[in-house]
Amino acid sequence: MIQISTNPFSRQTRNLLKEMVRTDFKLRYQNSAIGYLWSLLKPLFLFAILYTVFTQILRIGADIPGYPVYLLTGILIWSFFQETTATSVTSIVSKGSLIRKINIPKYLIVVASALSSLINLGLSLVVLALFIAFTANTTVMWSLVLFVPLLIIQLFILATSIAFIVSAMYVKFRDISYIWDLLLRAGFYVTPILYPLQIVPEMVQKLLLLNPAAQIIQDLRRILVLPNDTIQIYDVFSWPMYLVPFVITVLIAIFAIYYFKKQAIDFAENV
Amino acid sequence: MSQDYAIKVENMSKEFLLPHNKKTSLKQTVIGLVKRDNTYEVQEALKDVSFEIKKGEFFGVVGRNGSGKSTLLKIMAGIYTPTRGSVKVNGTIVPFIELGVGFNPELSGRDNVFLNGALLGFSREEMEEMYDEIVEFAELERFMDQKLKNYSSGMQVRLAFSIAIRAKGDILLLDEVLAVGDKAFQEKCVDVFEKYKASNKTVILVTHSMTTVEEYCDRAMLLNKGLIHKIDNPQIIAQDYQSENKKTYLKSEAKQRDRQDKKTLESKDISIKLLNKDDKEASNFKPGETATIKISWKNPKIKNVGVALVKQTGDYIFGANTILDGFDIKNKAVSYSIKLDLGSGDYLVKAGFFGDTDQDKIDFVNDGPKIIVDSPEEQRWGGVIHLEHEWKS
Repeated sequence: MIQISTNPFSRQTRNLLKEMVRTDFKLRYQNSAIGYLWSLLKPLFLFAILYTVFTQILRIGADIPGYPVYLLTGILIWSFFQETTATSVTSIVSKGSLIRKINIPKYLIVVASALSSLINLGLSLVVLALFIAFTANTTVMWSLVLFVPLLIIQLFILATSIAFIVSAMYVKFRDISYIWDLLLRAGFYVTPILYPLQIVPEMVQKLLLLNPAAQIIQDLRRILVLPNDTIQIYDVFSWPMYLVPFVITVLIAIFAIYYFKKQAIDFAENV
Repeated sequence: MSQDYAIKVENMSKEFLLPHNKKTSLKQTVIGLVKRDNTYEVQEALKDVSFEIKKGEFFGVVGRNGSGKSTLLKIMAGIYTPTRGSVKVNGTIVPFIELGVGFNPELSGRDNVFLNGALLGFSREEMEEMYDEIVEFAELERFMDQKLKNYSSGMQVRLAFSIAIRAKGDILLLDEVLAVGDKAFQEKCVDVFEKYKASNKTVILVTHSMTTVEEYCDRAMLLNKGLIHKIDNPQIIAQDYQSENKKTYLKSEAKQRDRQDKKTLESKDISIKLLNKDDKEASNFKPGETATIKISWKNPKIKNVGVALVKQTGDYIFGANTILDGFDIKNKAVSYSIKLDLGSGDYLVKAGFFGDTDQDKIDFVNDGPKIIVDSPEEQRWGGVIHLEHEWKS
């Protein structure tokens, strides 16, 4: 309860963040027999269902070599985005008793929740790596593998920024949790997770790829799964138009910081 | 730059905007925007408050509920931001608005120690060093791997307190910490207070306990409805606080008595009427006039009725009952006439209802009708009761 400085790099802030992530991660799957294995099983089950549907019934992915890994990449990335933003909506309000009694940097609450989702993503990526290693039709572009962490960072910034916005909005407007839930459902289909972009007209491809989440998923697929069959933003746009998803990410981040900072002053009174 | 203040508050006001109809959904907000009924009530919790707390001072903040104490403490702790004015803090603050902040019932005692420690600004390594001492001080060695939700509230407080006293800071903000816990725990608190006092730390204590204020504080502040009523030595503040409390207490007590008596009269089906010599309901009488008190009731168990006259000061003037007077009650009603040889003033009629014996109390009306005795001309005698008298020479 010592006034913890808002400097994100101070020793105390780092200690507190570490402890909060630890708590968050522990609480997520406590009382369940297999614990955080669930965080791996959830996307894997979703993957199994969708894979069956889209190769056996709808047959969208049946012709694509390496479709399972292609699908899994999309699902894992989207799961992280969904988990981070959806769990953070109520994070500030649910920590109300803390906020009303002690002055801690409020952003730590959101960042801690996002970091514990990131740990899950890390575990998922290990599983993905195994899939890639044991699937015959995939090709890893080793020369571009170094971009993978950068893309994960972009994903983390995007998801955390949105988490900042929705969690701060939820303090005043409780409708946001429902609205965001609906938007996520729409986002699942707007983002090319299930289907290859080839099946939609070029105009739609362009539009869909402006979404940073789509850009990230496609970039990762190109590097890790199917270099030849993945359409990226760079294929449909030329310089400087293909920077749009990155600019959107940055703008969302800037707005998130501005909005969250402004709202955080009154959290103690409003939660 | 060396400064001798620990906290300096200048012209500080805190307002809370209380929406008349709190809007927590977008729909309500939209409707509110259209209808333009986004009205707020501005509640001023603190009004233009200025004061200074010196380094090393043990400073008490007292005041009735709603006087702004806790708001002030939360502003000093940086939880709330002041609406106007400034709060300057010279040093590190350790606020104890509540013990065990951040405690999570689903985590083990051990995990909670580390989480709470991090909130206090300690690293994991520092906490590991102190861990055994904390557990020992809390006397919870056997329970540390159990979930906190299985702790008794006393155990939780002990654990929280054991961690809290480790906190390092120059300025301590304490809010009613002493209000919880048993005698032994309070003694531990007192020891810690003594230690703080001896080590010359600045302590700001919000409390209702005047003994604590008088015993430990160097100075104290009395808040009243968001204003500083007085800053003075603890004895004077304690006196002011107590007299302020007494006033409101007496007021509310009188109100409550009124309400209660009305309730008993209505609910118990007892009627007490005060009549003058013309059999009309009245309350004003002249000295020497006869008043008739008509009492009726519904409870058939009532066998004996007593009527008493009491001065508003509580002095018992006169009382009689039917058994002692050898009067037999019929038809659940009596009429009691009394000659008011009384001095000017207000007299309260009280009535008691009994069964077969005096011990068998059935009901009591403490606030019956009021008899106002008013002399039309100047009263030529003094006192309450007019006694037959004679002068001789």
